Amino acid sequence: MLQNKSFVRKTKQGKVIKVVREHYLRDDIYCGASFCQNCDTKSARFSSPDSTILVVDTNVVLNQIDLLENPAIDDVVVLSVVLEEVKNKNLAVYNRLRALCSNTLRRFFVFSNEHHKDTYVKGMVGESPNDRNDRAIRVAAQWYKNHLGGPTRVLMITNDRENKRKATEEGISADTIESYVKSLNQPALLDLLVQPHFSEDMEIEDLRPSKKKVIYTEHKPMSEITSGIRCGIYHQGKLRVNRYNPFEAYVGSESIGDEIIIFGRGNMNRAFDGDVVAVELLPQDQWHTEKSLSIAEEDDEEDDSIHLAPNSADDAPRITNLPQGSSINSNIAPSRPSGRVVGIIKRNWHAYCGSLEPMAMPAGNAGIAHALFVSKDRRFPKIRIQTRQLGNLLDKRIIVSVDTWDCQSKYPSGHYVRTIGDIGDRETETEVVLIENDIDARPFSAQVLSCLPPLPWSVSPEDLSNPIRQDLRHLRIFSVDPPGCKDIDDALNCTLLPNGNFEVGVHIADVTNFVHPGTPLDSEATQRGTSTYLVERRIDMLPKPLTEDICSLRADVERLAFSVIWEMTPEAHVISTRYTKSVIKSCAALSYVEAQARMDDSRLMDPVTIDLRNMNTLAKIMRQRRIERGAITLASAEVKFQVDTETHDPLDIGMYQIREANQMVEEFMLAANVSVAEQILKSFPQCSLLRRHPSPTKEMLEPLLRTAASVGLDLDVSSSKSLADSLDQAVGDDPYFNKLIRILATRCMTQAVYFCSGDLSPPEFHHYGLAAPLYTHFTSPIRRYADVIVHRLLAASLGIYKLPTIFQDRPQLTSIADNLNYRHRNAQMASRSSIELHTIIFFRKRPTDTEARIVKIRANGFIVFVPKYGIEGPVYLTMRGEKGGGEWVVDEQQQKIKKTDGSIAYGVLQSVKIHMEVVEPQPNRPKLQLSLI
Amino acid sequence: MEYVSPEGLRLDGRRPLEMRQLRAELGAVSRADGSAVFEMGNTKVIAAVYGPREVQQRSQQLNDKALIRCEYTMANFSTGDRMRKPKGDRRSTEISLVIRQTMEACILTHLMPRSQIDIFVQVLQADGGTRSACINAATLALADAGIPMRDLVTSCSAGYLNSTALLDLNYVEDSAGGPDVTVGILPKLDKVTLLQMDAKLPMDIFENVMQLATEGCKAVANYIREVLIENTKQLENRRGV
Repeated sequence: MLQNKSFVRKTKQGKVIKVVREHYLRDDIYCGASFCQNCDTKSARFSSPDSTILVVDTNVVLNQIDLLENPAIDDVVVLSVVLEEVKNKNLAVYNRLRALCSNTLRRFFVFSNEHHKDTYVKGMVGESPNDRNDRAIRVAAQWYKNHLGGPTRVLMITNDRENKRKATEEGISADTIESYVKSLNQPALLDLLVQPHFSEDMEIEDLRPSKKKVIYTEHKPMSEITSGIRCGIYHQGKLRVNRYNPFEAYVGSESIGDEIIIFGRGNMNRAFDGDVVAVELLPQDQWHTEKSLSIAEEDDEEDDSIHLAPNSADDAPRITNLPQGSSINSNIAPSRPSGRVVGIIKRNWHAYCGSLEPMAMPAGNAGIAHALFVSKDRRFPKIRIQTRQLGNLLDKRIIVSVDTWDCQSKYPSGHYVRTIGDIGDRETETEVVLIENDIDARPFSAQVLSCLPPLPWSVSPEDLSNPIRQDLRHLRIFSVDPPGCKDIDDALNCTLLPNGNFEVGVHIADVTNFVHPGTPLDSEATQRGTSTYLVERRIDMLPKPLTEDICSLRADVERLAFSVIWEMTPEAHVISTRYTKSVIKSCAALSYVEAQARMDDSRLMDPVTIDLRNMNTLAKIMRQRRIERGAITLASAEVKFQVDTETHDPLDIGMYQIREANQMVEEFMLAANVSVAEQILKSFPQCSLLRRHPSPTKEMLEPLLRTAASVGLDLDVSSSKSLADSLDQAVGDDPYFNKLIRILATRCMTQAVYFCSGDLSPPEFHHYGLAAPLYTHFTSPIRRYADVIVHRLLAASLGIYKLPTIFQDRPQLTSIADNLNYRHRNAQMASRSSIELHTIIFFRKRPTDTEARIVKIRANGFIVFVPKYGIEGPVYLTMRGEKGGGEWVVDEQQQKIKKTDGSIAYGVLQSVKIHMEVVEPQPNRPKLQLSLI
Repeated sequence: MEYVSPEGLRLDGRRPLEMRQLRAELGAVSRADGSAVFEMGNTKVIAAVYGPREVQQRSQQLNDKALIRCEYTMANFSTGDRMRKPKGDRRSTEISLVIRQTMEACILTHLMPRSQIDIFVQVLQADGGTRSACINAATLALADAGIPMRDLVTSCSAGYLNSTALLDLNYVEDSAGGPDVTVGILPKLDKVTLLQMDAKLPMDIFENVMQLATEGCKAVANYIREVLIENTKQLENRRGV
């Protein structure tokens, strides 16, 4: 069965080395057709003998993956040589292709042609790898043709002309993707097609005079870039486009240890946000002039795009910004290097959500229309697409992919992928938010739902008699959550022991009793990573029966729990800690408001209230101790909407109020997390999932320090303890000052992240914000997958269950942690976007005057923060179109903006009155505008 | 990295439970009393056996059994990309010891007191699993030298990557950092003479992986037996029996 064929390959890793690897050819690789007589049909995908089987070329997969994902295309053979090439060229497309191949509803079959004895081809002398691969595809197509025979038609799809010609010569039927799609007679599919860039198409485009000139400089060839980077002429880094100003981007470069600013689309040279680029520094004397030049040159061309941009938080008028822009730069950081992109090392193109730029319907409705697509995210340029259904798409939110951007076109060209819904519709916009943040909001599949226990579920006698489970039903356990909370994953109890100590228990829903490793339910939860909370809906990580019923620790029902139980002295010193699975029966599900009211009402003396007061006393001591250790009390401006139950329209909006009861619960959750972190790390030093919060660097705290200095405040940021102390001392003359400083401090911190304990050394485990050497997440397994993992680790450390095999695989554990971080961040971004969306809906009918604080001074105005609604936005002192830019002068040192005659001055943290109103500069594109009154 | 594709093929086209191609040749060094070349895929090892002969250093002589000495080296050209230290590095010393102990366990040393047997193994080409290949080569060379043994010792490795147990790791799989279990057995007696692993594995998976390696050893033993029988037949032919 084995045939040995070793082949020789040269790889370049700085130096040339020769790699010899074995390559076994096999005779047990099957064709994947269930009607085939010779092959094993166990994993077969193709069912009908008279269908057309497509053998796709690499370029087709790379360019037309959106088309392949459409169910109209099926019966596709994916050769392993194609897979390999796709993997090397574009990992995102590879993953999508793999998903297609593993989807049992689609008929995509992977044929390992490279290991099949009849289809393996050896590279010939003088043949390029590309040609060899093309030949391998032809050989495989030929093999399929001969192998299947009969009525089955094997069609090779390639957009490589040479490959197609050779295939036809060899008697294989071959076609381009365009003509194949045309032959299917489904016009909607044609929009999905990426337009090829052949010379004949160029001729058509060239008819338009604007197309003729070269707008961008040509990218340098890859070899020149790599050698340039090595000898320090170019700098490599990821391009980040300014969210507020898409004409400004930063490249964080390790080689010069600073961010390089790139001004203008010309200097960005067709790079997208997230691309890895090579940058050349401009000569120092051009650091300012070059910038104004580049914008001026663009001005007349790109003018419309700026005014168009929807939802612009910083809608700086281009023309007035210009002279000031350079001055602001010279003020902020005269030494900030600026550069221009000379080449793109790795593209970060994906699909973008947005809408078409309003345009008149071209004459001859049936024909192809060229339209410009405007992404909702301002950081991306407009994208040119071709469509045959312009009338349908104009008022819709659509998804578009980018295909190419050559140096002769101002905008990249892409293709339409799908429609989401009408612009401005709340559901459509919510879906846009979800798509932009890569959140899977689809209903759970039948496979996943089949993993759930049958309903109605109740604690069974087996659970009660299980020796690993302690019966804690007799304890007075209660839960404290936000009002209306349905997924209650934590409950508490506090019992006075005869010796005067307290037994405090934290009981967490025992999700791992229902979510077993390796089940579809588990893998779905791994993928989702976290529940996402939007204003009007919640996207669950686990199916509803689990989150709201079986796992939810509701009042007066028996539930399974995982408990952490401490014995504490009245001074809140922990004497002993134990962990156990348990059965509990909560006696009350309180809301924070209720709990607070009970504690405050001195007449109430019922047992639950007394427990609450005891716990609150303990929590206060613990909190005090934590603050003494150097935990930082951070603040954020969380807002809460009151949503109409019928229409889901926001009725009221306000700051989320934090009560003592919240802090009490939080304190015990923190303590439980820390205890569990210690326990699992002790048992599994290599594969525990922990959470760390890196200390902020000096540079990150720079904006905070500058702001603080301008109001005469001196913050000591040398350690978390000293920062916490100086934050405590930062009390201004008005009550909100301290909170404002804390909010600004919070913004300077990075996010805490999950990690696998084997990947870092113990000093790096530190959690800066909590001032804890170890921390993890244990207390919310219903809505966070990290907690599920930690539950499994804890159960294994207690010897209850065996550790699932996944924990042996450290790279996989690391990738899970990375995914959790990614999902977590996206969920947060999504809920913020959702709040923004609802803020606009709210203010649409209610123009409001309110008080705001200046948090940042800009060249033509300042950014204000509106505490009442938790939003932040720009206020312009110079109106759009006004050329009076010179009237205002920025004093960078004092963080002040002054009128030149000195009559009015605005300083940072100053309170101003503003007017908030929703305006619609373009139909269907509302945005919130702040103006000074 | 993906070491086993969703189609169930490893990087070199094998399935998880398949070994690389084996090849063996006896009598490669004519001056030695016994010698063999053993190949497992691209791993190629040569072994030469001298003895039983007089003990060179009298002080080492054992009165009740034979002295076994073993020297493992890697040829400078065996890896292609880098030069190894010629001799006496820690790795070589360790593998020398491992091979010596494994061989001692199967040679009937008590039949040859006050004598010495030298086993030299050299890796000509390294592509993972050199330890196993050396033991197999040494067995063949000992058999070729006609040294009395309890059984043929054979060895094979198995690993665990991408949640799959893999038989006979090659260099790429070996350097993936996963566990690598090397097992040596006496196939007829069904006894383990060598078991090495330098990673952590839960017990049940470890048992699977070890079982797989043991199966591999048995397959190697069958092959070695065939080679020896074939060799004996040729000797018979040459003598015209």
